[in-house]
Amino acid sequence: MTLHPMIAALRKHKAGVVLIALQIALTLAIVCNAVFIIGQRVQRVNRPTGLDESNLMLVTQQWVGAPSGDQPGDVDKLDSLQQADLAALRNMPDVASVVPINSLPLLNSSWNGSAALKPGTDLRGGNARTTYYFGDEHMLKTLGVKLVAGRAFTAADVQHRGFRDQGEPPIAIVTQALADKLFPQGAVGKVMYLDGSGTPTTIIGVVQRLQVPGTGSWTNGFVWNATLEPVRLNANFSRYAIRTKPGRLQAVMKAVTPVLYGVNPMRVLDDDSVKSFADIRAEAYRADVGMAVLMGVVCLILIGVTAAGIVGLTSFWVGQRHRQIGVRRALGARKVDILHYFQTENLLIAGIGAVIGVLLAIGLNLWLMHHYEMDRLPVLYVIAGVAAVLVLGQAAVFAPARRASNVPPVVATRSV
Amino acid sequence: MFGYYLQLAWRSLGRNRVLTTLMVLALALGIGACITTLTVLRLLSGDPLPGRSAQLYYPQVDPYPKDGYVPGQSKPQENLTWVDANNLFEAHRAPRQALVALGSAKIQPHDAGGRPFFGDAVMATAEFLPMVGAPFRYGSAWSADDDTAGARVVVIADFLNQKLFGGANSVGRTVRLNGNDFRVVGVLGHFSPQPRFYAINIGRSYGDGDGVFLPLRAARATEMAPTNISCWAAGDIEHLETAPCMWLGLWVELPDAAAVANYQRFLDGYVREQVAQGRFHRTDTALPDLMQWLRNEQVVPDDARLQAGLAFGFLLICVTNTIGLLLAKCLRRSREIGVRRALGATRGAIFGQFMVEAAIVGLAGGLLGLVFAEAGLWGIRHQPAEYASLARLDLSMFAFTFVVALASALVAGLLPAWRACVVAPAPQLKSS
Repeated sequence: MTLHPMIAALRKHKAGVVLIALQIALTLAIVCNAVFIIGQRVQRVNRPTGLDESNLMLVTQQWVGAPSGDQPGDVDKLDSLQQADLAALRNMPDVASVVPINSLPLLNSSWNGSAALKPGTDLRGGNARTTYYFGDEHMLKTLGVKLVAGRAFTAADVQHRGFRDQGEPPIAIVTQALADKLFPQGAVGKVMYLDGSGTPTTIIGVVQRLQVPGTGSWTNGFVWNATLEPVRLNANFSRYAIRTKPGRLQAVMKAVTPVLYGVNPMRVLDDDSVKSFADIRAEAYRADVGMAVLMGVVCLILIGVTAAGIVGLTSFWVGQRHRQIGVRRALGARKVDILHYFQTENLLIAGIGAVIGVLLAIGLNLWLMHHYEMDRLPVLYVIAGVAAVLVLGQAAVFAPARRASNVPPVVATRSV
Repeated sequence: MFGYYLQLAWRSLGRNRVLTTLMVLALALGIGACITTLTVLRLLSGDPLPGRSAQLYYPQVDPYPKDGYVPGQSKPQENLTWVDANNLFEAHRAPRQALVALGSAKIQPHDAGGRPFFGDAVMATAEFLPMVGAPFRYGSAWSADDDTAGARVVVIADFLNQKLFGGANSVGRTVRLNGNDFRVVGVLGHFSPQPRFYAINIGRSYGDGDGVFLPLRAARATEMAPTNISCWAAGDIEHLETAPCMWLGLWVELPDAAAVANYQRFLDGYVREQVAQGRFHRTDTALPDLMQWLRNEQVVPDDARLQAGLAFGFLLICVTNTIGLLLAKCLRRSREIGVRRALGATRGAIFGQFMVEAAIVGLAGGLLGLVFAEAGLWGIRHQPAEYASLARLDLSMFAFTFVVALASALVAGLLPAWRACVVAPAPQLKSS
């Protein structure tokens, strides 16, 4: 089949051709970028935190009328309040283990600093940024993080200090990512200096993976860099991560508030205070999931609208060329030739649309990169997008083209 | 004549129901998506204090050290240190001015069984509430003397008054905040500027108003800590009044351009003086008004703007689609047009007829789009976002929906109507 008569025919329908091509181009540009955004969000949401997330929950509470931490002896008073809470929580029948902790991955409340190989390197000159998790000897077990080298904390390692007191611990555990950055030849037993201090901190263990609490783009440079310190922080508030026995999460979540009020009623414990890790995850990624769903729905509707547009215009053309089709059939064209004619015609228009669409998609991507936090659109997405619109065009044109191929040759003999 | 066009259009649309439904549906989806995202965008980028925002300015300076300074790129800091805030405040170069910082209060109910709970607290100076036009139900704001004396007085929000005192006039009674008694001097009526312009760099830009408003010095004396502290050097954040930390905002009321220019001169002079004294190393200042400050802080989330952009792209495709379908429809009726032209209809009449048809599609699309927009906003209200409950279609957006719908449909109808009216009658008649 030669393209010449087809192009000549399309010249008669310039407006229609331009409209379909334009629609396909716009659809390709928007859908390509939208799918790319969806992909990025999904990737972000699916990255594992390093925790064993099931049966894990967090309690955040504040004492009322507790010492401020400024007076001598305040820290010990605060510590005894915390110890009382811990004892009560560990006594609960469905609780497997509990750790007092300053934050959890995805909680968006973090304490960050830097780790350096030399003492006295200031904040900005550190060798790696890191987040800090402070907890006692139950930390690894409660969080479910995997120790890959060295040892875990023991009760003898654990110190306690005021929330605002400066001071670096003699030992710490780091994540594999941070260990590789600082000591590619193995980190256990090596010495680092935290936050520009002159006090050495010896790495006693390495955990496989643990994400930072922040989920904003500002953490992109150090998402997997965490330092675990064997320190119970004492302040007028506290957080407890609780690992429940399998399947007992809901029961513990219900029971924990009365237990803590039983220990000491002078505290703030509201609806937001008790959260399962699933809640924390959902909250952290709510915007990402919402955006992905919205983009997905819009893409589907867009594709539907474009397909409907192609069906509509092609049907009209088939109706308009009823007679010509009859003439071609009478002159010996087979049904399949008519079918192919409309299919090729659509391929041609969709191809033009796709070429414009690729340019638009790249332009849109560049614009988005300039105005928003966005990466470069991978070529694979563009190729997949082009293939998708061509298939979409073929699928949409099939029904009208079939109808055209069923036009009987006798139509040629009738005056319309 | 118009009635006749309506009748013709109605018949023509009825003749090809599938195509008509498709056009209306596509247009409605595009319009629904646009109105939903625009409503959210308008909500997020709205004026928190209509009528007052143009007179409120936010002075900014930069106490950072010299290193890291890039001329033309480094921006003045978001907040002020205690020292700078007080120096600027004490100079009294504006008719009204107020220092403000956000904090959090543990509120203890008086009844024995009540559990303590958290409330957002605003630490401010006396003129803050009158300056932003907060309405009082009972009592009034505290005085400048209360500020200097560090008086333990408080203004509470209506919802807190409801919760603590059952909505009664609570002026003169006490509220226990962070373990200290504060005497209520005023109860606000509904006061909830959106976005909460005085609290935007801490991620709580929208949503319910603040519970308690109390004098800055008294709040600090009871160790209420500001929510947003940023320090450029190691310092003791227990003693924020001397630490190299920024945590205060200063709002000044400047009634006209001359006052703004005066204040800008004063601010520049202040910074030069500080540089001369060796306290400052950077001379950049800024004095944005309220709306400019919101734009600088990019208070509208990127996702909301991206969604609105997506919705407009979507509408563009829907309009293209409608053009195509209308074109197909009207070209199919070439013969009918030929007959009408032969019987004396002018080109203008044919053009008008097809535009009326497009307008009907637009109105139907707008009506259905309104339903989609309401459904979309309903969905957003059921999201747990902080601004969710505010997402409602107001009267102007309601009207705007129809303007957008009609405009899109008429734009879509232009090309088909033009093509219809240039149809030459003779060939159409001959071929039959």
